[in-house]
Amino acid sequence: MADDLVTILADLKEKEALEIVQNRLAAGDDPLGILDDARRAMETVGKRFENSEYFIPDLVYSGEILKEITDLVKPKLTKAAEVKRLGKVIIGTVSGDIHDIGKNIVTFMLDVNGFEVYDLGVDVPPQQFVDKIRETDSNVVGLSGFLTLAFDSMKETIEAIKAAGLRDEVKVMIGGGQMNEDIKKYTGADAYGANAMAGVSLAKQWIGGG
Amino acid sequence: MDKTEEKLEEWCSAQGIQFKDDEAEDAYRKRTRRLADAIQLKVPDRVPIAPLVTFFAANYVGLSPEEAMYDHDKAYAAYKQTALDFQWDTAFSHMIAFSARWLEAFDYKQLKWPGHGVPSNRTYQFVEGEYMKADEYDAFLEDPSDFLIRTYLPRISGTLAPLQMLPPIRMVLPYYLGLMFMFGVAGAMGTASALESLVKAIAEFAKFSASTAAFGQEMAGLGFPSIFGGMTQAPFDTIGDSLRGTQGIMLDMYRQPDKLQQALDLILRDAIQMGVISASISPSPTVFIPLHKGPMGFMSIEQFKTFYWPTLHKLMLALIDEGLVPMPFIEADYTDRLEIISDIPRGKAIYWFERSDIFKAKEVLGDRVCIKGNVPSALLCTGSPEEVKAYCKKLIDVVGKGGGLIVDGDIGIADEAKPENVRAMTDFVKEYGVYR
Repeated sequence: MADDLVTILADLKEKEALEIVQNRLAAGDDPLGILDDARRAMETVGKRFENSEYFIPDLVYSGEILKEITDLVKPKLTKAAEVKRLGKVIIGTVSGDIHDIGKNIVTFMLDVNGFEVYDLGVDVPPQQFVDKIRETDSNVVGLSGFLTLAFDSMKETIEAIKAAGLRDEVKVMIGGGQMNEDIKKYTGADAYGANAMAGVSLAKQWIGGG
Repeated sequence: MDKTEEKLEEWCSAQGIQFKDDEAEDAYRKRTRRLADAIQLKVPDRVPIAPLVTFFAANYVGLSPEEAMYDHDKAYAAYKQTALDFQWDTAFSHMIAFSARWLEAFDYKQLKWPGHGVPSNRTYQFVEGEYMKADEYDAFLEDPSDFLIRTYLPRISGTLAPLQMLPPIRMVLPYYLGLMFMFGVAGAMGTASALESLVKAIAEFAKFSASTAAFGQEMAGLGFPSIFGGMTQAPFDTIGDSLRGTQGIMLDMYRQPDKLQQALDLILRDAIQMGVISASISPSPTVFIPLHKGPMGFMSIEQFKTFYWPTLHKLMLALIDEGLVPMPFIEADYTDRLEIISDIPRGKAIYWFERSDIFKAKEVLGDRVCIKGNVPSALLCTGSPEEVKAYCKKLIDVVGKGGGLIVDGDIGIADEAKPENVRAMTDFVKEYGVYR
């Protein structure tokens, strides 16, 4: 039974997955168990993405199905689901840039891979990253940018983190649009990630748990 | 002579251009010939360099993006000075700066521009949204024009919002005074303000297009053709960018693939017309097609073959049938789908690559299409002139071998490119790119 949901959700069979969830809830199954199965399925989705069996549309679709499952399960939850988180990651699209598709995908992948993600949104001023690092004690910061103006915004953000005396506390990864290894050097970041799974791998490498 | 050759010869003949002097005329002919040869995979006298200029031109002369979007004369002067200083094979107009007043007239929602959502020193940016909901395919498919007028326009324009109050547009027909009723109702519903905004937008657009047309004429007269003719989009991008949004269209591929296919087929017809009509008012026979949602990562090869490529392929073939030269701007990375897009008649298109492996592209596509690109923005913005030259050397040695290369930046000349790097790229291509 449990394996069914894991397999079927990982295979992106929306109708079947929702049916199983409804049946299990009707049969009085533990809602937390259902969520745990869903989480395991999402791990498989992430692995398939990593292996280039799945692509961004598959991630988006799996995210939608997961949302529907959570909506079904939530009313039945008697206590809040306790999720053990691997660590905290701050993410945002840097100042001047309002693009968010790539950032949202990285956020989603970090989330389903067990990280607590603080998504600051788009056009985020350097100071806001600094404040969030102080507030949350996160060890990883992800800077996203699509436009070439983001080169300098990223550089300024990392300089602001440095000026605040926090540079040694965090690892910084960059990604999106025109970013590459040259821009990693230019901005002073610790790493460049070419896709969402690269972001997850870096976070795991830096925080542990992978 | 086939149709493409005819059109290109017409372009090279420079008919109707008032040249400043014989030198300018000679330069114009040489430049169009160079481009026409590269497009047709003949060996030109040297590798052409024909960049899209973005807001680099504004930055280069110290004009803020805001000024460039509000003051057409200043924008004109900036793009002219840039073209004259760098002496590329083509001039690129201030068309890219748009008209902020035109956007204002519509209270346009699909862009944020300086003073309207982004600061004055930033360029405009596209705002994606779900401007057509998942359950609105039927309404769109049944009567696209009605859907666009009464549902889509009110969502992408604040001033056109009252159009949503109109009765279906076809109601002008079933009764003999239908027109009177239609706009009688329209007046009562407050649509007069929407129509007034249209009048204002038309006036603003007229000023803008007069300015860009004058630019084209003056620069041609000085010896600089434009490589940008018409423009259109891949049907999948039209639905993804303008109607459903990235997330929406990705879900549609799973949840309602048939409806998506029907909409793609419907939009194909309009995409062809858009390319043909826009190219007909330009001397250059190229049709610019920016590609957004089909690269590696964004969809699997299967999805690409099913949803993205078929209508793009038909669009390009239809344009080629008209003698036009499709110029898809292949954004992001297509390295794993180069074989698929190589299915195109020889010497009739320009493929402009951004982040694909352009050297692999030469192997796979070199005998089919002219390749444009792709000096990385990262280099132009943060590298040194020496690094830029080294990249251009490899580009010319490998991709330029035997012709079929037009040099440009990966996304054109990026806004923040360093002038000394752009200079290095330009001078190097002109020196080293000569075919001997």
